[in-house]
Amino acid sequence: MTARPGGRPLVPAYLATGGTARHPRLRLERLSLLLRSDKPVPDGLTPAQLALLDELADGTLTVVEAAALLRLPVSAIRVLAAELVDRDLLVTRAPIPPAERFAPDLLKRVADGLRALKH
Amino acid sequence: MASAPSSTSRVHLPDTARDLVKILVTGPFGVGKTTLIDSVSEIRPLHTEEHLTEASAQVDDLDGVRDKVTTTVAVDFGRISLPDGIVLYLFGTPGQERFRPLWDDIAYGALGALVLVDSRRVDASFDVLGLVEESGLPYAVAFNAFPDAPRHYTQDQLRAALDLDPGTPMVTCDAREANSSLDALLALVQHLIDRQNTATAPESV
Repeated sequence: MTARPGGRPLVPAYLATGGTARHPRLRLERLSLLLRSDKPVPDGLTPAQLALLDELADGTLTVVEAAALLRLPVSAIRVLAAELVDRDLLVTRAPIPPAERFAPDLLKRVADGLRALKH
Repeated sequence: MASAPSSTSRVHLPDTARDLVKILVTGPFGVGKTTLIDSVSEIRPLHTEEHLTEASAQVDDLDGVRDKVTTTVAVDFGRISLPDGIVLYLFGTPGQERFRPLWDDIAYGALGALVLVDSRRVDASFDVLGLVEESGLPYAVAFNAFPDAPRHYTQDQLRAALDLDPGTPMVTCDAREANSSLDALLALVQHLIDRQNTATAPESV
């Protein structure tokens, strides 16, 4: 949370995820939503973490969109985002709210929506 | 239409977005997956670079160390915002057997798959169909209408060539045309609805 003396990042940028391949608890899907929390950005974040927070300053993105915009592998975004969730800097949400996951009319709403796009 | 590649404002999701769903658009290389996605997507298709580690092809292996090579494949995706807070994502997913781990990851939670087939080279789709069927994802088949595609095959012949189940929808589309791409997606979604109705219908004894 606090900057190290000299302010140099602990890990170089090429180790964006600190060498971690998977987060132990949080499993993010490609379409999990990433939202910036209200918490101010502390010192001592890695460039990759800062870049992700920066992209989210303008609004919500899915994991896969963040990966495309930052040109990082999806696996790296999963780890980065999970770290930032641990520090309360990010909030994530599942692609579909649990209560809607098995809503029987979801497919019908998709079909109706696609039909409405035809011209 | 020159726009800075960093113009990200249009990529952020609308505040109304609530239900994010996805469909895989799959098929062999060059079949028109990205073309179809581009024809209906509200954002210019984005892509992620996916790194796959796989055993390398047969090479000299004198010291007994099994070489691994890392392959990079780009996965294109697009997005359609529908009324009612639904956002439909389309993932152009390579369907070769060697991409199975990637396939499984992208297919997780997907509604279904639209399998694009090139009728000039139907056999190029066997691999893909095998993978889709093994994954258990419901699917529909769409023949992408290339201008020089042979037109003398009947529906039955094409079905037989692909060994399709009679219940699997098969349509022809022009992946360059939004309406045609929407029709192909609708054929899949209607199939999913029919399956759902069958599954929830009371059992007749």
